[in-house]
Amino acid sequence: MTNLWSRLFGRAKKGSGATAKDRLRFVLQHDRINLPPERMEEMKREILAVIVKYLVVDEDRVEIDLEQRDRTHSKLVAEIPVVNTTNAGARAVNSPAVKADGGYANGASNGAAAQKEEKSTSVDAEVAEPIAGAGDENTVAPFDDEEKDAKA
Amino acid sequence: MGGKVVTISSGKGGVGKTTATANLGISLAGLGKRVVVIDADIGLRNLDVIMGLENRIVYDLVDIVEGRSKLRQAMIKHKKFNDLFLIPAAQTRDKMAVSPDDMVTLTDELRADFDYILIDSPAGIERGFRNALEPADEVLIVTNPEVSAVRDADRIIGLIEAADKGPGKLIINRLKTELVKKGEMLSSDDVFDILGVTIIGIIPEDELVLSASNSGVPVTLNLQSKAGMAFNNVARRVIGEDVPFMNLDKSPGIFQRLVQLLDGR
Repeated sequence: MTNLWSRLFGRAKKGSGATAKDRLRFVLQHDRINLPPERMEEMKREILAVIVKYLVVDEDRVEIDLEQRDRTHSKLVAEIPVVNTTNAGARAVNSPAVKADGGYANGASNGAAAQKEEKSTSVDAEVAEPIAGAGDENTVAPFDDEEKDAKA
Repeated sequence: MGGKVVTISSGKGGVGKTTATANLGISLAGLGKRVVVIDADIGLRNLDVIMGLENRIVYDLVDIVEGRSKLRQAMIKHKKFNDLFLIPAAQTRDKMAVSPDDMVTLTDELRADFDYILIDSPAGIERGFRNALEPADEVLIVTNPEVSAVRDADRIIGLIEAADKGPGKLIINRLKTELVKKGEMLSSDDVFDILGVTIIGIIPEDELVLSASNSGVPVTLNLQSKAGMAFNNVARRVIGEDVPFMNLDKSPGIFQRLVQLLDGR
């Protein structure tokens, strides 16, 4: 949210028309998938909690965003930087998940964190999400495979 | 199947649906088409006063549906055009008095004798909107270049598509060119970027619209009015003419991004 507001304020000197456009884009993104911003944040936290169970993630640089493809399709795009842990001897990176001193990590990433390294790899995920007909609130549309093919 | 049913909707109230319906009706009649305009806003009728026909109402839409009046008895002929009729909404009932099927039956009967049947949809997304949407061959969505109106238009467009009536065409009403130039109002391009549906009309803000509704003579009959001309252009696009949007922005450079295509000539 802070990002959004600073972005809007940054643009404010362009005139309120541009602000209106930004606000509309934001509000419609959430209207169209029928998922309000708060719930979206909740979902991001849950997604991250799962990944953190398996990988050491540079949580400060995680980006999970919704992109609008066209009127009926949005895309959830996630960039989740993962800290490579196979090379021993590297010092800790400044990620909250792994920051805990000298190789002691939080429960989720336990032993692995002892051997972490600064180099990170990103897990990119792009999930195409067909929006169910805007009228049918709770319909879950089937996953659209051609989406993925089109990307390739 | 004869005549074409065109529904005018918006989602949000107060954006100019009724004004648009009245003016399109007048313009289409002026183009020699046989036209019926139906006020589907049962309980809150207004198309009659905008068209200046409020004194002539005897029967209404609900009377037709419930069999108290023959279709022809309830149709009010316009003062200036012999082939323009109004079917007024009932004022004392609510939207549940009419069903989407009733609207299909009614419009099917009208298709035989008329070229265009315009339906003025009530605001909202409930029964009244469903009534107006069900018989539609084409839907025009009226919006203002303003956040809440565009948001509601987006919702309506989604519902129109879900009902296989889509995507609909957009009328951007009350655009203030000077504000757009200053960057203080969404431009028609902005609205198009956001909604992604074809724009069939851009109506400039025009004080003459208020005078017109005060006097019950739709603004398109006033040749001085830019809004009136713009509505007339929408009507010509509805019947399939290729009418260009007039470019009002003559200063290139700073405002290039806001190139304003304004219709009306």
